[in-house]
Amino acid sequence: MTTSYNLKRADFIFRNENDWEKILNRTLQKEKQELINELISSELKGRGGAGFPTGLKWKLASEDPADQKYVICNADEGEPGTFKDREILMKVPFKVLSAMAICGYIIGATEGFIYLRGEYKFLKSDLEKAISEFDYYCKEIKFDFSIKIFMGSGAYICGEETALFESMEGKRGEPRNKPPFPTNNGYMGKPTVINNVETLAHTFTIFKYGAKKFYDLGVQFSRGTKLFSVSGDTPKPGIYELELGMSLHDFVEEFGDGDTKAVQVGGASGFLVPRKRFDETDIGFKGKLVGISLPTGGSMMLFNSSRSMFNVLDNYLEFFREESCGQCTPCRVGCQQLLIGIKAVKQGNKPATYLDKLLKLTETMQNTAKCGLGQSVANSFSSIVENFREEMIY
Amino acid sequence: MNKKINITINGIVYEVDPGLTILDAARNAGIIIPTLCYHKDLCVAGNCRVCVVEIVGQKRLSASCATPCQENMEILTNTLKVRNSRKHIIELLLSEHNADCTKCYKNGNCELQELAAEYKIMSQDLIDLVPLKHYSIDMYSPSIVKDDSRCVRCQRCVRTCAELQGVNALTVAFKGSKMKIATFFENSMNDVVCTNCGQCVNHCPTGALIEKNYIEEVWEAISDPEKHVVVQTAPAVRVGLGEELGFDPGVRVTGKMVAALKNLGFDAVLDTDFTADLTIMEEGTELLTRLKKVLVDKDESVKLPMATSCSPGWIKYIEHMYPEYLDHLSTCKSPQQMFGALVKTYYAKARKIDPEKIVSVSIMPCTAKKFEANRPEMHDSGYRDVDYVLTTRELAIMIKQAGIDFMKLQDKKFDRLMGESTGAAVIFGVTGGVMEAALRTAYEIVTGREVPFKDLEINPVRGMEGVKEASVKIENPLAQWAFLDGVELKCAVAHGLVNAKKVMDAVKNHETNYHFIEVMACPGGCLGGGGQPIPTNPEIRRKRALAIYAEDIGMPLRKSHENPEVIKIYKDFLGSPLGEKSHHLLHTTYVARNRY
Repeated sequence: MTTSYNLKRADFIFRNENDWEKILNRTLQKEKQELINELISSELKGRGGAGFPTGLKWKLASEDPADQKYVICNADEGEPGTFKDREILMKVPFKVLSAMAICGYIIGATEGFIYLRGEYKFLKSDLEKAISEFDYYCKEIKFDFSIKIFMGSGAYICGEETALFESMEGKRGEPRNKPPFPTNNGYMGKPTVINNVETLAHTFTIFKYGAKKFYDLGVQFSRGTKLFSVSGDTPKPGIYELELGMSLHDFVEEFGDGDTKAVQVGGASGFLVPRKRFDETDIGFKGKLVGISLPTGGSMMLFNSSRSMFNVLDNYLEFFREESCGQCTPCRVGCQQLLIGIKAVKQGNKPATYLDKLLKLTETMQNTAKCGLGQSVANSFSSIVENFREEMIY
Repeated sequence: MNKKINITINGIVYEVDPGLTILDAARNAGIIIPTLCYHKDLCVAGNCRVCVVEIVGQKRLSASCATPCQENMEILTNTLKVRNSRKHIIELLLSEHNADCTKCYKNGNCELQELAAEYKIMSQDLIDLVPLKHYSIDMYSPSIVKDDSRCVRCQRCVRTCAELQGVNALTVAFKGSKMKIATFFENSMNDVVCTNCGQCVNHCPTGALIEKNYIEEVWEAISDPEKHVVVQTAPAVRVGLGEELGFDPGVRVTGKMVAALKNLGFDAVLDTDFTADLTIMEEGTELLTRLKKVLVDKDESVKLPMATSCSPGWIKYIEHMYPEYLDHLSTCKSPQQMFGALVKTYYAKARKIDPEKIVSVSIMPCTAKKFEANRPEMHDSGYRDVDYVLTTRELAIMIKQAGIDFMKLQDKKFDRLMGESTGAAVIFGVTGGVMEAALRTAYEIVTGREVPFKDLEINPVRGMEGVKEASVKIENPLAQWAFLDGVELKCAVAHGLVNAKKVMDAVKNHETNYHFIEVMACPGGCLGGGGQPIPTNPEIRRKRALAIYAEDIGMPLRKSHENPEVIKIYKDFLGSPLGEKSHHLLHTTYVARNRY
């Protein structure tokens, strides 16, 4: 079942050759269509976790006839267990800024925003310095593009792109109905490209080295490299750039402490993979024919046998109960019911079969919730309850 | 874009306009999809998720209210997955809701209750969250009771307060499990910018927002042999009440309403329309006086445009939002309060009843009237001018409690004194009506001729457009009004406070030169009032408006100054419009309030 695929480390994102001015200038000389084609042929998919093809996103926004458009860098890195965007903004901010400008050039936007997570306030002054340097260069090459920082206030849901727009517009951060989609109707109702920090950094790599170099990394459907935020029971926590498509087995071999019981792939909204499934699980986007392929925004949390999976789930649900925006019924009430429900089973106030009712509830949440938050609570819940049922009960 | 597209609902192909939502397409096709957060008056929220449907090829379900139809979309509204999901969502809502239905004011008229009945929620597997929530009830407002334990977070009230009224007294606070509908700093509804218009009450699907009811107090007064209980009924009540008692929207039940009120045991059943006519006399005279002071005397202390003051929701709105414009308000009390002041003076004297023993009750399409009656200014008779205000809905409850078969009642007429009215008074119940009534009288006072509109129907101020404008040119006035010769009287009419804001901002920015502005706080005017039957929606408002205009045209007298009782009260009691007695009993003052 498993394709033997050893971990392949890479070093694109953080390799800093201080050539952003050159790359930016060079890229802005090229035809827009050529750049879009380049991006599409790289098969880069969004690195925030959802995996929407980046080239297509930029193409759709470029085709909208509106006169005012926006580029937004989503730096509301809030998924439990991810901390890679922070590092990118600290270490290679100019790659991100350049990528935003290139995107602006392609789609026809002159304004960009970085939506910076409230808890990342400490990054703000350095980032502002970088932006003013960047602005200076744009003026020098007579390229009309300005970038501003918009500070978030700490709500997880504001990482959801439409909730982020609402937040930027001064409203309560609640996801919108989709359609319409941001590429036609985003910030201020205008066509907007919104990309994760890491996605933008990858586009810089693509514009620098060409799509082929990127495409040749990774596996089918999951091209290129990705930053992984490794945490939990591991002797070497940190951020690693790896090619996509690795097997979880290899990952655990490399990062585990020898006693890895399970890995949470993709943060609280991702899946928990138990040891028995490490071999058949790959890390990448869906489309693989054999075995399971799990996407992730980069969060990889390892748990060893000292960890109670009940406590892990309890912790996630506590998080969701608080971070749901509260507008839609399945998510608002569902999260409360799941949390209180597993506690009731644990305490013996509800029979073990109540877990099956809760699993059905997560199915409804997945099918009916308004946005990705409520829809994905089912991921961690069902993967934990199904694989560690006895820990939920006893 | 106008090309029709094909969709399939439950296997049948339909041709629909692009952009139409799945919900509307299904409704047009006669397929019912349950909803909760959806309301025809409001923007789509898509947050309750009760209306989910399956779209073939999509893994997840879609909220039909928020999803536009697309070419070749295959929609399924009644699959196992859809039904189970809807049922699950209703169960979730119930688990967070104080479902003690028998003790709820909205028992029998609750959309959540209807959904639970439809999906036969017989048992509750989920854990009851209500005891964990520490819900509170806000009962401090004289108009509105807010019970968070009944709230389903559909945000209809929030959207109503923002979109229809532009007040934003109610907004969403907190997130996740703590998310709730709250006022500024969670203060009482009585202590915030709430105008008491009651539109939130009218749009609430459950018992979370209800009117403060005074039914028991009124029953007690009626049962007290010592008390003389007088009731007045507002013009919009007679075109709404029927809906609560088995009639279709748009049916006038004036005669039956009077008969029912007599059966309930009121000692006198009188008509607010009488003081509506009186209002026209006072307000029309006030307008003409202001015009003279401005145009002839060049008195800069006198403000134009003059704005109507009949709608207590509008009064509180301007007190909060445009306190620097209070001088623009007509000083006339609303018809309800004129009536109250006269009942315990003029009426008491004429009928030789001790005003101390009079209990004055009014039936209003309005919740703000409850607040208005409670204002400290409203004691000019020496007593509280109006003791209890009931909404149309509360009256319907009393009629049902009394065991009256409303359908079978024989029509009866209002009692005298203070029961006579004209068509001009009846149209107070619809947006533009006060303006129309005022123009009918003022024009005739000034020129000696009827307003130059066929059948006295001043069409520019009719209809449901948010802001309407009209101008009437005055030619060949009577000698004493010569200064108005050639003056084009410019008027604006707004209904729904969000439209009032438009007019006031235009006035504030000197973009207009109106002389006279009519504002009604509620969409459609009083007929769409917060105290009217639930549901109220654009179609129902249109029907009630037609009924009001039909009542007007059917009246023998259609101009306020021709009301014989109005003529009589000036002769016997008041003297003249804006006279000393009028000034004391029929006019009032306003207070500036905070913007939060």
